[in-house]
Amino acid sequence: MAALRSSSRLLATASRSAFKPAIFTRSMATVGDATNQAEPKGASDSKMKKFQIYRWNPDQPTEKPKMQTYELDLNKTGPMVLDALVRIKNEIDPTLTFRRSCREGICGSCAMNINGTNTLACLCRIPTDTKDMKVYPLPHTYVVKDLVPDLTHFYKQYKSIKPYLQRDTPSPDGKEYRQSKADRRKLDGLYECILCACCSTSCPSYWWNQEEYLGPAILLQSYRWIIDSRDERLSERKAALDNSMSLYRCHTILNCTRTCPKGLNPGLAIAEIKKEMSF
Amino acid sequence: MNVSRVGVRALQQGAKPNVFFSQNLPRLALSAKATSTVQTRPASTNKITETDAHSILAAQRRQRPISPHLQVYDPTQTWFGGSIWNRITGGVFSGGLYVFGTAYLAAPLLGWHIESASLAAAFGSLPLAVKGSLKFLLAWPFAFHGINSCRHLTWDTAKGFSKKSVMSGGYAILGASVVSAFGIAFFM
Repeated sequence: MAALRSSSRLLATASRSAFKPAIFTRSMATVGDATNQAEPKGASDSKMKKFQIYRWNPDQPTEKPKMQTYELDLNKTGPMVLDALVRIKNEIDPTLTFRRSCREGICGSCAMNINGTNTLACLCRIPTDTKDMKVYPLPHTYVVKDLVPDLTHFYKQYKSIKPYLQRDTPSPDGKEYRQSKADRRKLDGLYECILCACCSTSCPSYWWNQEEYLGPAILLQSYRWIIDSRDERLSERKAALDNSMSLYRCHTILNCTRTCPKGLNPGLAIAEIKKEMSF
Repeated sequence: MNVSRVGVRALQQGAKPNVFFSQNLPRLALSAKATSTVQTRPASTNKITETDAHSILAAQRRQRPISPHLQVYDPTQTWFGGSIWNRITGGVFSGGLYVFGTAYLAAPLLGWHIESASLAAAFGSLPLAVKGSLKFLLAWPFAFHGINSCRHLTWDTAKGFSKKSVMSGGYAILGASVVSAFGIAFFM
């Protein structure tokens, strides 16, 4: 069947190129070919990779968390770590638990620690080397089950910075709060944050002080409202951060900037807040 | 019975079982037999009150482990990061100052000779390699702390935060501190 398909495609390309310049010919999609082969060519064709995944089950709370190894053929798996996790759950072990939703890096559900750094499983390619892949939940969080961390406190901290527009004066035209293009541009690199908690849980300072320190993600959100030209609670927002813990536990370790899967810069946002506070 | 229910029932009675979706088979078999509109659920669930749910959650929360952190996070960002070494080198120097200060105060009582002259004489009698490596051991923390602190001062102006400069800057500072420590140890 595969042979038939490829020969017909050859014919098609040949006949097309007869009356069209080669530059305009578009080849057919070939993505499915590697996986849909009816008969795999043999063991030499498979690309096995081991995944070591953190497991802990709340139904057996006395058992210690352990690493469980799964082996997948990368030739039959999608390119991203999330594809591998979904395939393990579907085909090997349905008890494996993790959060996922959009599979394209916009929901932030599949944030986890992959090979030592926090990232979104759906945006992280599986490295093609033969080393074992290690997957942990977000570091220094309470584990609900397997790769699912308890982010209750993180969301409470987000709520505490009042992440919404606060103002008293009505808009001049009674319709909308207008903003210059330059003011709008200040929000670029801040509004894109999806609150996946990768940066906060990469920060050693947040590991040791998360009860009081807000952490990079929440501070980036805080800065997003501090520099919004339409917001009128600047002094209150600054006063809320003016203590030794909320903001100043940031020691510019900058793991946050290095780990952000959306390419944002929480470290810079925190530095801008510190600057704003001191002048 | 509302209108939409009636419609569903009519459909179920009229339609043939869809053999392509095997997960529907038990439900369809059931509905064909009893022509019932009751949903079938493969898993059984128990209803619990809200307070029970809270107590189960609280009991679970007490058991939850903390996920691994320092032991799994990329060591180049934690153990070998500039931030922690800035703190360690700073701590070594301020700690060393306290230790030497107290020792200097206690020296006359204990009969130690740690005045500058006797220290210099003792140090001068050591072989060159030992002298150099001892000086390097002190010079590297000094150089690293000095250079890296300048970097922290630049960061306070909200400059130099790009991902690239964060990473390459770390290596540059490490290299510069080693080179200048060699300079201090062997050429000063």
